[in-house]
Amino acid sequence: MEEFFALQVHLKDNVATVFASPEKGSCVRVDDSNGASRKIEIKDDIPYGHKIALTEIAEREKIFKYGEVIGLAVRNIEAGEHVHVHNVASLRGRGDLAAEIAGEDRHDI
Amino acid sequence: MTFNGYRRADGSAGSRNLVGVIPTVVCANDVARAIVGQVQGCVGFFHHQGCCQLPPDLERVTDTLLNLGKSPNLGAVLLVSLGCEGTDTDRLYRELQAFGKPVEIVRIQESGGTSKAMAAGTDAAQKLLLEISGRQRVPCDLSDVILAIKCGGSDATSGMASNCVIGYVADKMVDLGATVVFGETTEFIGAEHILAKRAIDENVAEDIFRIVREMEHRAESLGCDMRKGQPTPGNIAGGLSTIEEKSLGAIMKSGTRPIRGVLAYPESATGRKGLWIKDSPGREPEILTGMAATGAQCMLFSTGRGAPQGFPSMPVIKICGNLHTYERMANDMDINAGTVILGQKSVRDVGEEVFALMLEVLNGRQTKNEALGYFGSIDIHTLGPVI
Repeated sequence: MEEFFALQVHLKDNVATVFASPEKGSCVRVDDSNGASRKIEIKDDIPYGHKIALTEIAEREKIFKYGEVIGLAVRNIEAGEHVHVHNVASLRGRGDLAAEIAGEDRHDI
Repeated sequence: MTFNGYRRADGSAGSRNLVGVIPTVVCANDVARAIVGQVQGCVGFFHHQGCCQLPPDLERVTDTLLNLGKSPNLGAVLLVSLGCEGTDTDRLYRELQAFGKPVEIVRIQESGGTSKAMAAGTDAAQKLLLEISGRQRVPCDLSDVILAIKCGGSDATSGMASNCVIGYVADKMVDLGATVVFGETTEFIGAEHILAKRAIDENVAEDIFRIVREMEHRAESLGCDMRKGQPTPGNIAGGLSTIEEKSLGAIMKSGTRPIRGVLAYPESATGRKGLWIKDSPGREPEILTGMAATGAQCMLFSTGRGAPQGFPSMPVIKICGNLHTYERMANDMDINAGTVILGQKSVRDVGEEVFALMLEVLNGRQTKNEALGYFGSIDIHTLGPVI
């Protein structure tokens, strides 16, 4: 069976980037920055270069990549799910958000 | 270490020896284009500014064109003026002349119209070309290099491969005494705290926070989510979900050395060493112009989706982190960094390949977009409205 692989850039990250285009139900090998590997079954078709959740992520929880916050989950995300614009919101450049909410989130970063 | 460059009157060293045909206003573009089409060795800067703008923008346009004209890659400059523009054409001419750059000017209204201006401009460009075409390259130290770095058409591979490769070269060039300039202030949003920690002092750190704040306020001023504007639909299709994610990948190209200061968009980096930031947007036509105005003789440009464009007077080396894009667009991409993702080559290995190619390009080798003449779409970044 073809092996699909993904990279977890930082140990703090709750997502990994998949460098293949695996279909839902495939098994992806996730290499972390320490050289360790683990396998995750993916819950969606994943386009090349897109992210998967490594753990369960609750709504309003922060998404980490490079060990830094890249946004907030806008709904509960299961391990192995596609993590992208449909379930992650940016905290920055949000002219649409009330300044108060954006301000609080920014201070958290 | 040295490269073979053209030594200029001000002491700078060019990697190219071109006649720059600079329209001082958008309305002079057609005449300028005709001249560039007629005379060998000319490049045109067909921007869209220079009239019916507020005074700070007109000054910004004049300053940008001036520093473009001073670029060491231009052996001579021909200004093409309409005659009624807002750009300070007289200052441009005077300052280029005082700088020691061979410069001529043709004024369309004064010449008696389009065809007469084309004829006068062709004669002037020919004269300038003949004057500079015999110049010889001489050994110049790599510390004379101003290296611009940029990423465009990014995807998930950019921050994990091609930008890391550029970061390696950026560090190496800083250590060799050169100047390295990166920009794309929009793509600091969400990563500015990391850059600020690398600032040489608190003032520079505050400058970094300030330019990001100003850029973000401009983005927010229309009351919408900036997503689709940044990250772009192409970035999103390539796996980048938010501006924060894009920024964290983008800053990888700046390497690890201390950040010495922030340059305004039109500003030159001549005489400054080490790593600098240029306050600029991410879009190619505007940032490439800003970087050429910095005095950069060469640019390293990382891409994942496949951004093909270069710049008229500044060779742009494309480094592609996405294997599929590299294979699809091999005639546009100079270096394949996709091997880093697969673990086949290290960042250092590919960084050394880029460094070696950069030396050749500084010595005169053409980049792929130069060879294809794919460098026509340029512009100057302005802040206010056209009125």
